[in-house]
Amino acid sequence: MPEPKVLPIAARAAGCPFDPAAALYESQKDDALQRVKVPSPLLGEFDAVAITRYEDVKSALSDDRLQMGFVFDPDQPRTMLNQPGNLLNYNGADHSRLRRMLTGAFTIKRVRSLRPMIEAIVEARLDALEEEGHGADLVTVFSTPIPTQVICELLGVPYEDRDDFQRRAKVGLDVNTTREEQIQNLKDMDAYMATLVAGHREQPGDNLLGGVVRDYGAELSDDELVGIGNMLLIAGHETTASMLSASAALLLENPDQATIMRDEPEAVDGAIEELLRYVAPATIMPRQAAEDFCLRDDEVIKQGERVVVSILVANRDAGSGDQDLDVLDVRRPPQPHVTFGYGAHQCLGQQLARMELRVALPALFKRFPGLRLAEPDQKIDYRTTALVFGVNRLPVAW
Amino acid sequence: MLLQVEIDEPRCVAAGHCVVAAPEVFDQRDDDGVVILLDANPPGDEHERVREAALLCPAAAILVRDRGGAP
Ligand code: HEM
Ligand code: SF4
Repeated sequence: MPEPKVLPIAARAAGCPFDPAAALYESQKDDALQRVKVPSPLLGEFDAVAITRYEDVKSALSDDRLQMGFVFDPDQPRTMLNQPGNLLNYNGADHSRLRRMLTGAFTIKRVRSLRPMIEAIVEARLDALEEEGHGADLVTVFSTPIPTQVICELLGVPYEDRDDFQRRAKVGLDVNTTREEQIQNLKDMDAYMATLVAGHREQPGDNLLGGVVRDYGAELSDDELVGIGNMLLIAGHETTASMLSASAALLLENPDQATIMRDEPEAVDGAIEELLRYVAPATIMPRQAAEDFCLRDDEVIKQGERVVVSILVANRDAGSGDQDLDVLDVRRPPQPHVTFGYGAHQCLGQQLARMELRVALPALFKRFPGLRLAEPDQKIDYRTTALVFGVNRLPVAW
Repeated sequence: MLLQVEIDEPRCVAAGHCVVAAPEVFDQRDDDGVVILLDANPPGDEHERVREAALLCPAAAILVRDRGGAP
């Protein structure tokens, strides 16, 4: 058998950061499932089966035999992949028990009731942009503060502490760090969250964390509460911030699409789904087969094998076949996508993320109809190497 | 045509797609977001939305069965 090659599962094409790397398309075409080597800062390089077709992703991620490859192990040092309370470290009944303590805060009804709060936050950031004037960086003035403030409000985390927790979240998602840095970083995150949890133990606040302590405090250890808080804080702002920045960049490069977002309120929901499908900023955690099982009827994945999934390329393979899914078309009929994952771990915060995007993006182009990149010929500084795809800086003018 | 909808409650991960797709047929419990079936035999103009919900459900928690011709 040939030596497996290295395949970064979210790799983007050299010239166009929104296109999957050629190797991912090749893997998708292959009638046999490919075995690859996956680079990882926490685990070193590991061998895995690469899943790149949309239908395969759905069947794999909804199969109970494919489990989180990294379940919490108290004897190992704490890392992002080894933390109590983090839903991504649990399987089966343990997972759904924990998840159902949180899902009540993310129902459609609850998220709809957050709309006025989100609108107020977005308006304030638009004012801040205006104040900053031409050359303002959309990433620091708009895309990052919006989801950060929203999750702070929801969780009851003081927004004043953002510099520290944002920096720690960045380190946590940076693949160019050492294992030691990751362990220290998580210690700092845990210490911070532990002070908030202690406060809620004393007197549960009127927010998500306070609610979890009130309703389930007796069943949860402080460690688990800290893990839940950290998970929501990080997952709740990094990905949405990246999605906002990358979408804005994409719309600035495609003014006809931005016009639709700005002028056609009834097109907004569909446009956001298309942007989610096309940008696919997040990744799926590696999984591991708990027993042998078959994909595509005849492709066996052996017990113990690790499995990685490429959301990015799977999203180009969905739907009915009469659509060219490699182009961005915000007006196309909604295409299915796995940007939020699939199966038991499908994103807990997806309805909140959608609401933030639906409020923020049209409002941005409405307030600044002439929004453009600050410099003519400006090259957009995309962040392609971190666990979450995004934009480093996006100076704009109008 | 008659449509029989069933839900597999333990599987539901409270993603809410069903409520968005077919709000007349599905709701979510307030405390944990788990699906509530409002109408197990929805009328004809709901069928497409119900099928869409079943397709979108990431947990395969919605089962839709055709009960054949007119009642
Ligand atoms: C556009 C923004 C977002 C994207 C693209 C995104 C993407 C994802 C993906 C792909 C997963 C599945 C990971 C896996 O199966 O390995 C996931 C899980 C998760 N997300 Fe998000 N997410 C976003 C926003 C949010 C927000 C706003 C929150 C919280 C408020 C959140 C909280 C979570 C949590 C807690 C999980 C773990 C769920 C579980 O394991 O049961 N996410 N997200
Ligand atoms: S779509 Fe499926 S998982 Fe989501 S709430 Fe409805 S039944 Fe539950």
